[in-house]
Amino acid sequence: MVDVTDKAKKYRSVGYYPGCALEGTGNGYDVSTRAIAKKLGLGLREVSNWNCCGAMEVKNVDPKIQTYLSARVLSQAVNEDRVDVVMAPCNGCYHNLKKAEHDLAHDPKSVEVVEKLSTKAGHKAYKAGEAETIHALDWLKATVGEDGLRERTKGKLAGLKIANYYGCMYVRPRHIFPEKDQGPGSESTSQPHFMDDLLAAAGAENVSFPLKTACCGGAHTLSDSDTSTKLVLNILQAAEASGAEVIATECPTCHTGLEMHQVRAEKRFGKKTNVKVLYFTQLLGLALGIGPRALGIHTNISDSMDLIIEKRLI
Amino acid sequence: MPIHEKSLIRPENLKTHDNLVIEGIDVSGHWSTFIESRVVTDYNENLEDEIAAMPGGDKIHRCWQCGSCTNACTVNAIEPRFNPRYWIYLIRMGMESELLRDKDIIWQCVSCHKCTHICPRDVEPEGVMKATAHWLTMKGYTPPSPSHIFDEEFTHQIVQRGRIEDTEVLQNFLRKTKQPLMQDWLTAIGFAIAKRLPVKWGIKMAWAQIFKPKTRGWDKARIALEDYIHEVESEQKAVIAGKSKPQQSHAPVREAAE
Ligand code: SF4
Ligand code: SF4
Repeated sequence: MVDVTDKAKKYRSVGYYPGCALEGTGNGYDVSTRAIAKKLGLGLREVSNWNCCGAMEVKNVDPKIQTYLSARVLSQAVNEDRVDVVMAPCNGCYHNLKKAEHDLAHDPKSVEVVEKLSTKAGHKAYKAGEAETIHALDWLKATVGEDGLRERTKGKLAGLKIANYYGCMYVRPRHIFPEKDQGPGSESTSQPHFMDDLLAAAGAENVSFPLKTACCGGAHTLSDSDTSTKLVLNILQAAEASGAEVIATECPTCHTGLEMHQVRAEKRFGKKTNVKVLYFTQLLGLALGIGPRALGIHTNISDSMDLIIEKRLI
Repeated sequence: MPIHEKSLIRPENLKTHDNLVIEGIDVSGHWSTFIESRVVTDYNENLEDEIAAMPGGDKIHRCWQCGSCTNACTVNAIEPRFNPRYWIYLIRMGMESELLRDKDIIWQCVSCHKCTHICPRDVEPEGVMKATAHWLTMKGYTPPSPSHIFDEEFTHQIVQRGRIEDTEVLQNFLRKTKQPLMQDWLTAIGFAIAKRLPVKWGIKMAWAQIFKPKTRGWDKARIALEDYIHEVESEQKAVIAGKSKPQQSHAPVREAAE
């Protein structure tokens, strides 16, 4: 069992690591995350002078460079900002910080490389256990929680059919997420449900969606576009077949991948799908009464305004 | 033979006789199908070491050939020739020429981690795929794949500045892979957003182009990373030249997934 009250207190004020994607293409995710924090009175302290975590590319040049880059972010949070919880909404960042944590706890060679590079770069080396990395889903689930959302939203998302899409990096590989699959209250790696829980508490109807953790081909969005388009189209069509009006996302790479390849599938292969794509934070923001502009919905590629008006979400 | 491994039989090695009677029994057509045996003589005994020296390949020696990775694989589902288990087998046996038959698709691994999630021997097959793709380019068997070019462009920006800028990665990647910047679907996306975006946003994007996002005081980190990359590359070259042995991972094998 997970101690819920403890976390609710601990996560009220956290270090916030937006990462490169949320500064660029994933801007809507950043804006909506901050807007929700403000609305709910939760403290976000942006990690000072952060760097890229290594994304999905750096490890292919050398995995330990990725470990170092992620460890530097954690070192900034711990040593500069004095926080012990780092919240990363991007699945890629979240995954990499978790992986660095795991490697530094289990692999002496990684510790050696991180210590060497940190010393040369002139900062304290991060040590396993100094901070806890959490996802935006963990953060909201523990702080406002389902009861809080039920109370504050009064079921505002009622009648909205949602397919919850989690992607790869939030659940795989299992060993870097030791807190998952720990029974009641914890997240599941095979059937993740934190996003479902939060949206259901805001009144939404979650459809039964079989491709929650399928891959969108995000790593090869540009370098192998045909494969990505095939994988994305599969996800979009499955969501439509499940009766969803909108796909809720919790990763900027998945989100942008779904949106871009929805356009590409139509342009290149004549396969049109109409399902909308919104960040779960944008959906929760609407449920909390925040306006679409303040949630960055106009910066998404797919235009969801018709649906938002139809469902009376403004 | 598991259904997903059927693609391993090559059509040219399948022999079927239309008219064949053995000891008075008609075994014509399908009944006489057999797989012609092959003789392999050109082993590269250094192959497993070479792959183990590449980024992500250091746990390949643990594989016990269960096939879970191939069974779970995202790319295998759309391209049956994409078979991590089989490639790991060939590498460990040193069957380089067999491996090279698939050289143009190995880079297509999408890093979904389904294999690493399921592998009972903690091989991290995803890493092995990346290591193999890297090796193919390093040995000159394939030109750098689009994914390789993307990785290098991305890593270069991070090493230089600590952060990346989306538009710059996109532009440089399209230029280096000789693709036009104005592709129908990319422009369609551009127009779709431009329609709805406030002017403020346009200014912000242009700003990011000129004043690239950067981590302050990154110079020391940059030098440390450049030195480290140089070190790693020389080690890799030494292993490929047969002058050095790779460092195998001796971390304990994690518990198997249920
Ligand atoms: S799942 Fe692991 S042990 Fe099984 S074949 Fe693949 S790499 Fe080898
Ligand atoms: S990470 Fe690559 S090899 Fe592994 S299952 Fe995914 S696509 Fe296949």
